[in-house]
Amino acid sequence: MLEAILVMALGAVVLGAALGYAAVRFRVEGDPLVEKIDAILPQTQCGQCGFPGCKPYAEAIAKGEAEINQCPPGGDEGIHKLADLLGREFKSLSAEHGIEKPKSVAVIDEQACIGCTLCIQACPVDAIVGAAKQMHTVVAQQCTGCELCLPPCPVNCITMEPIAESVENWKWKYPVFKITPAQKAAV
Amino acid sequence: MEVPRVQDHSSAKGGGVSALQRLFKFHGGVKPAYNKEASTGLPIAVAPTPTQLVIPLHQSIGGMPRPLVSAGEHVLKGQRIGGADGNVSSAVHASTSGKVLAVEMRLMPHTSGLSAMCVILEPDGRDEWIPRQPFDYRNATPTETRDYLRDAGVVGLGGAVFPSYLKLNPGKQGKLDTLVLNGAECEPFITCDDLLMRERAEATLKGAVIMREILGAGQVLIGIEDNKPEAIAAMEIAARAANAAAGDSSIRVVSVPTRYPAGGAKQLIRVLTGIEVPHGKRSTDYGVQCFNVGTAYAIYEAIALGQPLISRIVTIAGNVRRARNYEVPFGTPMRDLVTLCDPLPDSDRVIMGGPMMGLLMPADSVPVVKATNCVLIGSKALFPAPPPEMPCIRCGECAKVCPADLLPFEMYWFSRAKIFGKAQEYNLFDCIECGCCAYVCPSHIPLVDYYRFAKSEIWARELEKESADVARERYEFRLLREEREKQEKAAKLAAKTAAGREKAAAALAEAEKPATTPEEDAKKALIAAALERARAQQAQARPENTDNLTPEQQAEVAAIEARRAEIREMAKPHVRQSD
Repeated sequence: MLEAILVMALGAVVLGAALGYAAVRFRVEGDPLVEKIDAILPQTQCGQCGFPGCKPYAEAIAKGEAEINQCPPGGDEGIHKLADLLGREFKSLSAEHGIEKPKSVAVIDEQACIGCTLCIQACPVDAIVGAAKQMHTVVAQQCTGCELCLPPCPVNCITMEPIAESVENWKWKYPVFKITPAQKAAV
Repeated sequence: MEVPRVQDHSSAKGGGVSALQRLFKFHGGVKPAYNKEASTGLPIAVAPTPTQLVIPLHQSIGGMPRPLVSAGEHVLKGQRIGGADGNVSSAVHASTSGKVLAVEMRLMPHTSGLSAMCVILEPDGRDEWIPRQPFDYRNATPTETRDYLRDAGVVGLGGAVFPSYLKLNPGKQGKLDTLVLNGAECEPFITCDDLLMRERAEATLKGAVIMREILGAGQVLIGIEDNKPEAIAAMEIAARAANAAAGDSSIRVVSVPTRYPAGGAKQLIRVLTGIEVPHGKRSTDYGVQCFNVGTAYAIYEAIALGQPLISRIVTIAGNVRRARNYEVPFGTPMRDLVTLCDPLPDSDRVIMGGPMMGLLMPADSVPVVKATNCVLIGSKALFPAPPPEMPCIRCGECAKVCPADLLPFEMYWFSRAKIFGKAQEYNLFDCIECGCCAYVCPSHIPLVDYYRFAKSEIWARELEKESADVARERYEFRLLREEREKQEKAAKLAAKTAAGREKAAAALAEAEKPATTPEEDAKKALIAAALERARAQQAQARPENTDNLTPEQQAEVAAIEARRAEIREMAKPHVRQSD
């Protein structure tokens, strides 16, 4: 009887020590769930979700404080991915946070720009270059299309232009078989 | 899978040129109707220069070349009009001398029907060359040679248009075992390589010798499908001469069995050397590099003659009365070539490439580019519309014929369902889009269309993910920078306040300190006298309406004075502090 208790106690001590060591040795820095959610979010940093960036929104989702359908740039596809990851029900994009738009980049009308630097301060990814009383311009490759530079511009010289389809970014379309009346009749 | 086979070509007696060569077999493949005879009857003709050339700047894999000319400029034949941009890019040249009319967006020879930057050239009819000089590659460093070939615009002419200078790199070990020259030309209708080998075998061989020296390759194997006996004979004669000149027998012409797609680079390497290049590896990792025969000829022209790549041999075939091969300057509209060959009236489409892998052109006005090995004219009778697509019956025929040893039906299901990750797990990106699977499919499923769709979706997503990662990094850096700036500002402010206090303290100490010089003493005495005078004046200037006051009024004045004194007392420390 005593032996049995001792053996069990010894086992508990050994396993407890192993677990304790593992908890220290293989400690996970940060919340892996937040990282996973953040990887799905489009990183536009536009704040349309009501949080000051994609990471805070990811944190809020992980804590269960935010819905998964608040990200317009991610669109329905992003919501599907989040639903899959979190095992939640798919919800269509919530209208109060905005609508899904085609991917665009900001373009500054360089004739009208007065060089006030307000857009530079607003850009979350530092994609606008320029200096006070100097012309500003958008580095199109780095622009996420968040539209945050539009409201501060005092002369409304920034417009959002959808990214045009070119030979380089053209995609093969999903094969669609056209059913003609004759074939319909044959089938 | 290995089927050892002793090659018994009838003219195998010539000094090791086509010596007994053990051949291997690649998996799958099909035997479509070849239809090559129509365009091999006549020799290569030079296509007439059109009235206007539309030369796209982007004619190879990689970065879009920068335009080097502008409207109104006069250019010479072979003058560079587009400079290579980035690590993977290749230059573009004027196909003839003339005037640049514009640099603008024009319809590209691309299925999308989209436009891209082109140089519009009006030939002046003089066809005046730039000064041409052979390039001394023997006394140049490998980097110089590669830069030269990049600026000469030499790209793979088998169809992939990958910049050749990047492939002319022997890799880590510094030399290769085998240089494979691809003259298989397995796709139906196309005969441009066949005619090139028949008519320009010697020059092609010279190009191969140059490539071999650059690569340090031990042997050269020239693989030609056995349905081209004339090309094999011509290449054997040239190879014998080259071997005799070098005094060895390292160049060999090998006749390979005719089976589509024997001309795929990996398939030909497999047949000739038995090496199966695995997923994610390059053939150079196994000491083999493969080039098209047309590329070898272009390298000969670039290095030995100093001529950049400005034209190529194009087969015009299909629904025409006089199918033929033409030497076509880049930028020539396909329409002009079709007219030369007398198309039948029911022709309704133009395909760039062959019937298996070719791309449907958006219009016949698109120009011939470096990738154009064939202009195939189609009609409803020649290429009837496929029967309706039926459900996959899981027969496995597609897997039997896949030359890349993939499972096409699995990739099809996942591509169709848009489960791209799974499609990639089945090695979708090893698919060479040869079309064998769709060719044998009893349900007439356009399998390659699904693969192309899935591939471009995966590429787009990959790019999106990359740009999202960049955006995240930049955003995080911005947050970091803002935090740092805030701290710096606070530190600066603190430093400023501290400096101010020190200054005040110093001034106070100065005042308390006894005067050091008589001049300062005099000054101080003067100031003190002035202050004394002012005080006396202030004392004298007493308010005149305070003489005859009632006791109540006097009490009120006293209360006010007391309050003022109190306020002054209270204010003193604050004034000191804010100083």
